[in-house]
Amino acid sequence: MATVSENLDEAPLVFPEGVPVVEFKNVSIRFEQHHVLDDISFRVQHGETRIILGPAGCGKSTLLKMANGLLEPDSGEISIFGKPLAGMSEREVFAMRAHVGMVFQESALFDSLTVEDNVAYRLHEEGVGPDEAHVRVVEALRFVELEKAIDKFPSELSGGMRRRVSIARAIISHPDLILYDSPTGGLDPITSTTIIELVVKQRDVSNTTSLLITHRLQDAFTLATHRWSAANNGMEKIPDGELDPNTKFLVLNNKRVVFDGTTRELTHSEDPWLKAYLE
Amino acid sequence: MRLVSPEAYAKSVVASVQEYSLLAGQAIANIFSKPRYIADTFTQMDSIGVGSLPIVVLTGFFTGCVLALQAAVSLKEFGAVAMTGRLVALSMVKELGPVLTGLMVSGRNASGMASELGSMKVSEQIDAMRALGTDPIRKLVTPRIVATVFMLFFLTIISDACGTGGGWVIAVTLLKLNGSAFFHTAYMSLEYGDVVEGLVKPIFSGFIIATIGCYYGLKTSGGTRGVGKATTQAVVVSSVLIILTDFLVTQLMIGIFGR
Repeated sequence: MATVSENLDEAPLVFPEGVPVVEFKNVSIRFEQHHVLDDISFRVQHGETRIILGPAGCGKSTLLKMANGLLEPDSGEISIFGKPLAGMSEREVFAMRAHVGMVFQESALFDSLTVEDNVAYRLHEEGVGPDEAHVRVVEALRFVELEKAIDKFPSELSGGMRRRVSIARAIISHPDLILYDSPTGGLDPITSTTIIELVVKQRDVSNTTSLLITHRLQDAFTLATHRWSAANNGMEKIPDGELDPNTKFLVLNNKRVVFDGTTRELTHSEDPWLKAYLE
Repeated sequence: MRLVSPEAYAKSVVASVQEYSLLAGQAIANIFSKPRYIADTFTQMDSIGVGSLPIVVLTGFFTGCVLALQAAVSLKEFGAVAMTGRLVALSMVKELGPVLTGLMVSGRNASGMASELGSMKVSEQIDAMRALGTDPIRKLVTPRIVATVFMLFFLTIISDACGTGGGWVIAVTLLKLNGSAFFHTAYMSLEYGDVVEGLVKPIFSGFIIATIGCYYGLKTSGGTRGVGKATTQAVVVSSVLIILTDFLVTQLMIGIFGR
């Protein structure tokens, strides 16, 4: 049995070894008459980082929201931590979300709250005392190197800083699964690299399972080719052209999964559309 | 402009009523289970109640003034100017106090709720709240309903008092009536059923303002333009429903109390 992290209110999340953290089985969803995703199936194992690629509007964000129960599929089955979402009561869905961190495309910080209150939001909801919450907020903000912004409001922060606060908010409760919805979208290349470095750090330091959407292929391949170096306190290239074994890809196009596999399989794919997309 | 078929329109109306009913039902059910957001409820009480005080006081006062002036003109023809206090008090307590306060608070707060929740919806803050394990109906809607119903009740009483006071000021200063007689006729004219009628109406109005404001806020789509549209719809629908409910409650109270 794999025991994964702790939550203050919930018992430690325990689920059988080998059971995927996220599993989609023939999932389809449509909005009004428009099919967004059709017959999507894939699995994400514990400790894996699954990068979701695809052209704009192909349903990547919809897929991520379904993984967190924010949207319900029209057909098919989604299981999180081995439990089907469809069979969960509302209370069970909220309890499940206590184990999932999510970074939204536009950060989605609560603009009426300070950075500290935003990051501590989940802790406040769980009834954690103010002193302990403050210590954990500082720890999470130190992880994203934003301790100095603790008293600021989201409107006072740059896009990159907001994204980093969003990451701090997602990781503060040590989730077992992190969903990143375009964490580098709309950011300049330097800030994007900083964000990707944080994702690599979270992946390698905490070994957290994650799903990450990105439009930037260079970010995706940085994740696959780099690792966190505690000695250098930064990201470094994995030597000898090796790849991170736990980083895999899922490519969507035209409502369907067109690729599900490792980095090497992706780069060696003979599929003409994939080759064109990667060029 | 795109034309919508009558069938599609009817379906969308029925679906909206269903969504609204589910939201309102869930928000009420949340009152009876934990967690309860007491601090948020008090914050809303301050925003809705204390924040609306100036417009409610001013509206009530000047409505009472106008009522006294208009009443005096008509009553003079029958030589019954002394009955001005009775007319002002009855009109304010039974009808104008509850309805005008409801409409004023609707204009200020149904729009505020729709725009605040609408902005949160389009910037994914509602989704973020759900993703962080919080039920947005419990956190955002229930405190607003409790706060609006509770505060509108007291705002209506304040409006009634200010309206009667406004009528008294006009009666004494312009109509040269006896101030004590004004209050005496006002007091004597009110019966138990009148006061109950005047205090039942804000309970319904408060519920309508909060639920309609939150409903349109939470179903906002289409960016900032959608927020503007939701705000307008919230005010229009809540105002119409307040007047409609006023009519129904009046009819019910006449049936119960016979006046």
